[in-house]
Amino acid sequence: MPISLHNEAAIVGVGTTPFSKKSGVSELSLAAQSVRAACEDAGIDPGEIDGLVSFTLDSSDEIEVARAVGAADLTFFSKVNYGGGAAVGTIAQAAMAVATGQATTVVCYRALNGRSGQRMGQGVSGNLLTSDIIHWSWYMVYGMLIPGSWVAMIAHKYMHEYGVTREDLGRVALAQRAFAQTNPRAFAYGKPLTMQQYLDSALLAHPLCLYDFCQETDGGCAIVVTSAERARALSRPSAVIRGVAQASTRGQEQMTSFYRDDLKSLPEMELAAQRVYAMSGLGPDDIDAACLYDAFTCEVIMQLESFQFCGRGEARDMVRDGVLEADGRLPNNTHGGLLSEGYIHGMNNIAEGVRLIRGESTGQPKKSVEHVLVSSGVGVPTGALILGAQ
Amino acid sequence: MSQRMKPPMGEDNAWWWDMAAAGELGIQRCKSCQTLRHPPTPMCGQCRSIEWDSIASSGKGVICSYTILTHPQFPGYEYPLIVILVDLEEGTRFTSQLVGCAPEDVDFGLPVEMIIQEDPDGFKLPVFKLQEKH
Repeated sequence: MPISLHNEAAIVGVGTTPFSKKSGVSELSLAAQSVRAACEDAGIDPGEIDGLVSFTLDSSDEIEVARAVGAADLTFFSKVNYGGGAAVGTIAQAAMAVATGQATTVVCYRALNGRSGQRMGQGVSGNLLTSDIIHWSWYMVYGMLIPGSWVAMIAHKYMHEYGVTREDLGRVALAQRAFAQTNPRAFAYGKPLTMQQYLDSALLAHPLCLYDFCQETDGGCAIVVTSAERARALSRPSAVIRGVAQASTRGQEQMTSFYRDDLKSLPEMELAAQRVYAMSGLGPDDIDAACLYDAFTCEVIMQLESFQFCGRGEARDMVRDGVLEADGRLPNNTHGGLLSEGYIHGMNNIAEGVRLIRGESTGQPKKSVEHVLVSSGVGVPTGALILGAQ
Repeated sequence: MSQRMKPPMGEDNAWWWDMAAAGELGIQRCKSCQTLRHPPTPMCGQCRSIEWDSIASSGKGVICSYTILTHPQFPGYEYPLIVILVDLEEGTRFTSQLVGCAPEDVDFGLPVEMIIQEDPDGFKLPVFKLQEKH
C-alpha cells in the first residue's frame, strides 16, 4: 500500500534572517541563523533536528549547518536540484522523511548572499564539462546568459498569442508592491510603485522591464517540518501539508524548454497542479490565497492557467479584474513575494504560506484563509504545495 | 579583445560545432527511426537508439518567438541583441541570433535564413537574417 503524504506532516515553524543587499556575513551564518529562528518559532530545540534538506545550489552543506546549530544525529539529509524549482521539493523530501520514519524533525533551508556574493544576474559560465553546461552553452553562445533572457522568450510568445500587455505585467508588479508596503522585512517596504513608473521603465529583456524582475537578496529562510500528530502537541499553530508534489515533463530543460510544440503554457506546473490537487482532494475553488512563484511577473499570470483558476488565455482578464489583490479572488504573495520582499529562491514564499494559514501575514486578507497554494520555480523542474489549517 | 562565450566541446555537441565551422546548420537524426532532434542528445527519445547521424538544414525558417536584450551587457556581444527562436523548415526549432535587423523591424512569423557569422577571433556560428523580399 503506497503511502500518501496527505495530512501526514505539517510545517510548525518558519524563520528568516533580515533581508538585505549586503549581509556582511557568510552564507553558512545566514543558514544557521534562519534554522535557529525557525526552531524558535516552532518551539523546538535545534538539538532535536535529525533531518536537513536544502538546494543543490546552496553552498552550506547539511553537516555544516548541523554542526553550526548543534543538531542531533542526522538520519536524513538531501538536496534538491534545479534552482528555485527546489523550494517545494525540499518540503516534499521532508514530508516523505517524516511520513516514512526516516526522521522526526526536518528543517528545510536556503541561504544566499544573492546580491553581495554570486548574483543570478551575472550570468552563467562554463568550466566543467557536464550535460548541464552543454545545455547552457547552446544559449551562452548567443548571449542568453541570465534568467531574464530565458524567461522573456516564453513570456513574449505567451503575451503575443493571448494579447497580454505590459500593463497586465505591471498589474502583477503593483499588486505585490502594494503588499510590501505593510511588510517591514520587504526590500520594497516604503517604496511604492505606480503604473506610470512601471511603464516608463526601460525594457531590459523585451518585453520585460526592471519591475518584472525579482530582487537579488542576501538572506536565509528555514522551515521546520514534523509529523501532523506532533504538530498538534506544539503551542504554535501549524500548517498541515494537504498535498505536495514535484514535477518535470517531456522536453524539460532548465529555463529553456523552447522546443515543445506549445510554448504558451507551463507543462511542468500543470503536472504539479494535477498531482497536488489529487493528493489533497482539493481543487482551485478551495484555494483561498496563493504564493505563486514570482521570479518574473509574467510567471504569475501563466500559473493562474496552470493551476486551473481559469482557462487558457483567460488569466489576463482575471488579473485585470484584480484577482491577485488584497480583496481579490486569490490574494497572491501577500508579503510582496520575490518581486518585492526578497529573493530567497522561493523559500520565503513557503514561509508566507504558513503565515497566511496562521493568520499572521502583514498582508492577511480579510476573508478566512483555509487553504494556501504555494508553487516553486517556473520553467524548471518544479513543485506545488497546498497548506491547510490544523 | 572581448570574445563571446564559447561552448565547451564534448562527445554530444562538438560534432555540431564542427559542422558550423564548415558552414552548416546541423540537425541530429536518429539512424533507427529517422526522427530529427535538437538540441543534440546521445539517445533518441522516441526509439531509444544511440545510433545517429546528421543532416544539414536548409537554414530557412520563421521566427517563433524573440527577445531583445539590452541589460546587463556582457563582453563579446553587441547590443541591443536580438535573440530568436526559429522554426526551421525541417521541423526542429533552433535558438539563434538575428543580425542586420533593427529592433523595431523584428516580429513573430517573419521568414529568416541562416548565414554563418565569423567572429574576429575566427569562431564561426550560425546566425539568421530576415529573408529578402521577392
